[in-house]
Amino acid sequence: MIETDWIWGLIGGLMIGMAAAIFLLGNGRIMGASGIIGGLVDRTGLGNWAERVAFLAALIVVPALMLPLYSVEVSTNITSNLAVIIAGGLLVGIGTRLANGCTSGHGVCGISRFSLRGIVATVFYLLAGGIAMVLFRHVLGVI
Amino acid sequence: MQRIVLAALSGGLFGAGLLVSGMTDTTKVQGWLDIFGAWDPTLAFVLGGAILPMLLAWHMTTKRAMSLVGEPFPAKPDPRLGHNLVIGSVLFGAGWGLVGLCPGPAIASLSWGGTGGIAFILAMIGGMLIARPIRLQIDRLAAI
Repeated sequence: MIETDWIWGLIGGLMIGMAAAIFLLGNGRIMGASGIIGGLVDRTGLGNWAERVAFLAALIVVPALMLPLYSVEVSTNITSNLAVIIAGGLLVGIGTRLANGCTSGHGVCGISRFSLRGIVATVFYLLAGGIAMVLFRHVLGVI
Repeated sequence: MQRIVLAALSGGLFGAGLLVSGMTDTTKVQGWLDIFGAWDPTLAFVLGGAILPMLLAWHMTTKRAMSLVGEPFPAKPDPRLGHNLVIGSVLFGAGWGLVGLCPGPAIASLSWGGTGGIAFILAMIGGMLIARPIRLQIDRLAAI
């Protein structure tokens, strides 16, 4: 059961990497989710708004169309604690814009070109995520 | 037009990959980050799998002058790290751990993520909007 999840992780990961390769070799751009969204939100990326909107629309629609393929109900299993959701969302929004990237931009696209910035960012967000789990789950018990 | 089609192709495949890999499930992400709990190594397979095609893609950018649509490839990033890279990554990682969502999976799961998913996206957009004044403030403090 657990091993099956790893295989699906690898297959899904390969798909994510191919998606990033299409964006790079096709449009000459880094496939970073926070950058694509953030450029629309803070209006710094309106120059190529159409490709950003097309990317995001397909990002929403394609997995939605795949849901019937699953025999069990697909869920994000997100917490019901609204305060935690808002705090997490704010931190992700501020943090990814300050750092100029998230898991896709720094992690997938940065590490694969041996970018020091991508590697350092990945080390710090993994460490912070691990510490957040210790603090908020095991010490404070809020998640 | 070609740009739009390629962007949609990339976004669609990205979304499909996030769903297939399990990264739209917050318990799998938090399971990876929770090394003192029931640790789930799936994310390592996802990140490893995603890096493989991109190693090849970056190699291919050295063999050709332009991307398919005629745009130049992204320049080498500024080698300087800077405080914002570290501060931002720490804040992002904390939020990622708290909820188990990063920007890609948050958007990809919009159609089934419910009100919690929508609240996360709205808060994330709010955070992106206030990031610029925060950056200016940090830069001011760093210059002292």
